[in-house]
Amino acid sequence: MPAIEANGVFKIFGRRPERGVRALQQGKTRDDLRKQGLTAAVIDASFTVDPGEIFVVMGLSGSGKSTLIRTVNRLLDPTAGSVVIHGTDISSLDAAALRRVRREKISMVFQHFALLPHRTVGENAAYGLKVQGVNRADREARAEEALGMVGLGGWGASMPSELSGGMRQRVGLARALAAGTDIMLMDEAFSALDPLIRREMQDQLIDLQQRLDKTILFITHDLNEAMRLGDHIAMMRDGRIEQIGTAEEILNNPVNNYVAEFVQDVDRTRVLTAANVMEQPVAVLGSGAGPQAAHKLMREHQLPWLLVVNRDRTVHGLVWSSEVATAVREGQDGLPLYRDGLRFTTPDTTLNDLFVDAASSPAPLVVRDDDGHLVGVIPDVTLLTAMANGQPTGNGQTLESSPPGIPDSAMTGTEVPQ
Amino acid sequence: MNADELSVVIPSLPVGEWVDTAVDWLSSTFREVFRAVSDVVDILINGLIDLLLAVPTDLMIVLLALLGLLLRSWQFAVGAALALALVVAMGMWVPAMQTLAMVVVATVVAVLIAVPIGILAARSRVVSNLVRPVLDFMQTMPAFVYLIPAIFFFGIGYVPGLFATILFALPPGVRLTELGIRQVDAETVEAGQAFGATPRQILRGIQVPLAVPTIMAGINQVIMLALSMAVIAGMVGADGLGKKVVESISTINIGLGAEAGLSVVVLAIYLDRLTASIGGSGAEKSLGAMIRRSKNRSVAQRATTGI
Repeated sequence: MPAIEANGVFKIFGRRPERGVRALQQGKTRDDLRKQGLTAAVIDASFTVDPGEIFVVMGLSGSGKSTLIRTVNRLLDPTAGSVVIHGTDISSLDAAALRRVRREKISMVFQHFALLPHRTVGENAAYGLKVQGVNRADREARAEEALGMVGLGGWGASMPSELSGGMRQRVGLARALAAGTDIMLMDEAFSALDPLIRREMQDQLIDLQQRLDKTILFITHDLNEAMRLGDHIAMMRDGRIEQIGTAEEILNNPVNNYVAEFVQDVDRTRVLTAANVMEQPVAVLGSGAGPQAAHKLMREHQLPWLLVVNRDRTVHGLVWSSEVATAVREGQDGLPLYRDGLRFTTPDTTLNDLFVDAASSPAPLVVRDDDGHLVGVIPDVTLLTAMANGQPTGNGQTLESSPPGIPDSAMTGTEVPQ
Repeated sequence: MNADELSVVIPSLPVGEWVDTAVDWLSSTFREVFRAVSDVVDILINGLIDLLLAVPTDLMIVLLALLGLLLRSWQFAVGAALALALVVAMGMWVPAMQTLAMVVVATVVAVLIAVPIGILAARSRVVSNLVRPVLDFMQTMPAFVYLIPAIFFFGIGYVPGLFATILFALPPGVRLTELGIRQVDAETVEAGQAFGATPRQILRGIQVPLAVPTIMAGINQVIMLALSMAVIAGMVGADGLGKKVVESISTINIGLGAEAGLSVVVLAIYLDRLTASIGGSGAEKSLGAMIRRSKNRSVAQRATTGI
């Protein structure tokens, strides 16, 4: 069951907003509605958030993202459409039932923190619990625990005014955590913080999310933040959701020019991973083979290097064509293996972490899964092409069109003399 | 000159007669009610005056100065003590305490009426739209006009003065309460809603506490207006500094007028600074703030050191 499900949500401001929904469904535009004195903030938004994921809604100011998030806990009533939380359609709940949902299922973190300035940090963190009617001792304990989680242990007796912006937002986060809800709505939660603090908070959020398995609906206007945090990202413009997908999908397959233009400035190296850009080697050499076999294979495929792989697909080493030629000429039996300079990485490493390794070795980067099996290679050229917003066209097919891991065809394509 | 002679279209309306009739009707119909109210208020205010005067004058000055120290600063406390001593020296202490009692009672009643109305007006557009013209009327009607029906209702003495004072001092209390609550950061109110707080919890836990500085500014205004009106109330027989001022006018006694006027100024400044401090500004040096700060610090220390 999805944690949050929004079906055709409209939010229109103005007198008799229902007529705006009908007009939009008949193909009228947002501008047409404005002439009638209606503002269409959210238009036909549908999305699903799975339990335990970070779902990011990304859009510029005025795109309706803050309105959208407020329809999820009905701080704003949707004009049309429904929002389902853990299987409960909250659109039809009365005030008391809605309050119960807000207390038990959804908490919220605000852009400008929205702390109570006349209450201590501890009392602020315990606010949700106080509203729920938890007794003082319990709520103090749980608030202190939540403050500890966000790195503010021992600050409970301070006043919010004594804290820096980043610390205040940690209190906001602790307040949401202490409430003990599965779902957290975060409305531009880090936008008011300076970049360094923002990064720190993002790391902390990812860490907390992994530990506590919360479902997070995160609103931001910062694309890099969206790409960093989001398991799924919904791109919003002028009240409509333009595209929903993973960071890679949006980066590599934008549905329209708007999204494409939007993502063109993204730091791709922080989003794309080794698995996104790696290639499969055209050929690999069995570890039992000798220089003659290597020489033949490399001449056939015009390869400057060749990976040597054990039978269990772990990497044995690499040979260079020049050294293989020398070995053949001098009649050596063993392969002139190159092993010390070989650099390994994992499929989910982001590209920005690959550059140092790529630069420090003349050989291509070798991508291995957790068990040490070869899944692909990344030559320097491929890395550069991926950064330059193009589709990699190295010495092999890209993994764009084939599943990760080396398919059997790659193995049979090698010539491994036994 | 009659309206008939000025315009052929506009008929003349006997508005004054209508009000006259209405006041007559009110005072005769509710005679018993007005009498009861009058008695109760009279007892209340005389009781307060007796209380203020029962305390030895020197002790009273020390107490008032201490209150200033608690809420504001030692400089203010010293200044207040000297100024109040001047009032005593001029022989104006008794009328000053009578006026103070009247201001206190008028303020309490006005605030008890004004703050709830202000809260209602902040929460409901309809109430706000209904209340606003009434407040405009109350504020712009010349204050003396209130005195006339007040005499009809309550006779001569403190009560009509108090009645007029309350009517006159009420509006800023309502207006600033409404403003203060409407000005509370929308996101903070949303935070209350988002965590499932009831409207009552939001009002008591978020809106009213955050509106306190503005509400206190309103109460400060109420006190100032009450003080100015309490002097005017001297005309309808309320004892106090106002009566001294009226006396000095009728006997053209410059000296008495100056002494009474100076005493009013002392009272006004004392009350203004004191209530402004409760609202938040200029209270950092107060004893109360110092105690609060040191308490917070020691709690924080205990929390961080884990003792």
